[in-house]
Amino acid sequence: MAKDTQLDLWEVFIQSKSGLPYVHAGSVHASDAKMAMQNARDTYTRRGEGTSIWLLPSKNIVASNPDDNEMLFDPSNDKVYRHPTFYVMPEGAKNI
Amino acid sequence: MTQKEALFQYCLRLGDNALILGHRLSEWCSRAPFIEEDLALTNMSLDMIGRAQALLKYAAEVEGSGKTEDDLAYRRPEPKYFNHLITEQPNGDFAHTIARQLYISTFEYYFYSDLEKSKDKTLAAIASKAIKEVKYHLQHAADWTIRLGDGTEESRNRMQKAISDLWMWSGELFEMDEVENSLLKDGIAVDLIPIKALWSNHIKQVLTEATLNMPEEDYMQTGSRKGIHTENLGHILSEMQYLQRAYPDAKW
Amino acid sequence: MHNEHTNQHFQLRIDNGEYIEAKDYMPDGYRKHLIRQISQHAHSEVIGMQPEGNWITRAPSLRSKQILLAKIQDEGGHGLYLYSAAETLGISRVELIDQLHSGKAKYSNIFNYPALNWADIGAIGWLVDGAAIVNQVSLQRTSYGPYSRAMVRICKEESFHQRQGYEIMANMMKGTKEQREMAQDAMNRWWWPALMMFGPHDTDSPHSSDAVKWKIKRETNDELRQKFIDKTVQQAEIIGLTIPDKDLKFNEKTGHYDIGKINWDEFHRVINGNGPCNKQRMEHHIKYHNEGAWVREAAEAYKKKRLAKQLEIA
Ligand SMILES: [Fe+2]
Ligand SMILES: [Fe+2]
Repeated sequence: MAKDTQLDLWEVFIQSKSGLPYVHAGSVHASDAKMAMQNARDTYTRRGEGTSIWLLPSKNIVASNPDDNEMLFDPSNDKVYRHPTFYVMPEGAKNI
Repeated sequence: MTQKEALFQYCLRLGDNALILGHRLSEWCSRAPFIEEDLALTNMSLDMIGRAQALLKYAAEVEGSGKTEDDLAYRRPEPKYFNHLITEQPNGDFAHTIARQLYISTFEYYFYSDLEKSKDKTLAAIASKAIKEVKYHLQHAADWTIRLGDGTEESRNRMQKAISDLWMWSGELFEMDEVENSLLKDGIAVDLIPIKALWSNHIKQVLTEATLNMPEEDYMQTGSRKGIHTENLGHILSEMQYLQRAYPDAKW
Repeated sequence: MHNEHTNQHFQLRIDNGEYIEAKDYMPDGYRKHLIRQISQHAHSEVIGMQPEGNWITRAPSLRSKQILLAKIQDEGGHGLYLYSAAETLGISRVELIDQLHSGKAKYSNIFNYPALNWADIGAIGWLVDGAAIVNQVSLQRTSYGPYSRAMVRICKEESFHQRQGYEIMANMMKGTKEQREMAQDAMNRWWWPALMMFGPHDTDSPHSSDAVKWKIKRETNDELRQKFIDKTVQQAEIIGLTIPDKDLKFNEKTGHYDIGKINWDEFHRVINGNGPCNKQRMEHHIKYHNEGAWVREAAEAYKKKRLAKQLEIA
């Protein structure tokens, strides 16, 4: 007999209400996309947690390397001009 | 038979189908091929028991003798149960459970689509809820039939055997007697004659995709419409009704 | 280059209250400890389906049947979330299950006790889930991100488990004489094993110190046990159940309940394989795992066939 398997790993993203972003809920095992969809539904939406499901095979996820954190994320720290609070508005100006 | 008696009987039949199949599916709990499938089978069992509760509650209401859905579920002996024989067949291996699901869910898909249009408002409402569940059950059963049929040699053999083993219980799904006929006249019950052809077509389509053979026409078992069952039901009920029968005065 | 890869930096992150993610550096001991703890936790959820599963087909009402089934289904889900959390540490579910079957991985001792009457279903929900919740609430802040997130989800789902168990007990205590006897009998058998669920006293716990330093464990065994006792005693009293401990007494000075001596000999006997159900639980799991092998194999074979067909067409 073939080596035992627990099927492939999939990542499940759930949208809890229409219009909201899809949030990672967890993983399921399944051998194909249809099965993954059914398993995700039975595992992560038993209490009305979702209105929509995204799935992707875990092996297709690309994650940033923690070693690169400084290079990736620190340079944006001093770009304060990207935030609206950086700007001084004339007193009395409305709706801006 | 009065219309009230017919409606009571009709609700029992539908409720008992849901209850006994729900019971069988619940037996899978902690026994499925992998944990995700355990959750899936439990979910379907919960759908079934929930449906049984609604239908038996309505049956009790129609009967008007002050009973509850639990009285009907837990205090009736085998001959007063009217579930189709196929629902009480043992789970067997996973292929047998899937074959049973395929036969029943395909039937229920057409059945409840039609019952949604029933003139009886309660039955129509139960059907609208049921049809959503059934669509899912059917997809699950068809997908697995195809995977197992077109999987390994072993799975193909097992799936083919299950499809053949359960075949003789499938004819009963389409039996009609005076209960159906009298309610059909009033637009309450579902006409099963046209469903039979739809059912055969769909089963055939799934089996073809699964590279499996459709069983040939053969003798079909019968009995449940009259309360005559296989030996399985007695065991199911002696388990299910144990506490209620052993402690008749207790409330749980 | 950098010195981030040191255990010192790791400990600094932990001390700062940061969460550790799968790809982050972690000491070997941390990874090993997590795999052991999370897999033990996952196996407990899954093995725990068996004693309760023993009553699904005999549940005394349609309502209670659905509640029990949904509850056990949740436990299966918890096992699944936790297996996934363990998998982020580089171990597969196949390996995790192998370790369970070989005896290398453990599961909670509590599930080596039998569920003998319907009140046991009440006692398990109220006491066993109740004890588990105390532990799990604390683990929501565990330092490993995937474990912590699994625990948050689990705790949300657990909230009905204890209540449904307590409801069964309360109803039975309001019922016939036989029902009250069943309830007290279940209480007598589950109370002490539930207290043992928190593990040995802090002074005798082999893994505690590292786990606390790494903030995998946020509170000690004895702290958690005391929390459970303090909230459960009142719940028992109000429905008329007697706690099977003649030494149980409220201590005015500490504000906590003092209890009699826990029978650690029994604890060790059961953990070492001599509980009433150890063999049964494991045989059940192995049997159905093996019986499902052909199904999993077929699903893989089908997938491969379909992929091959797609390639042919393309
Ligand atoms: Fe749990
Ligand atoms: Fe629980």
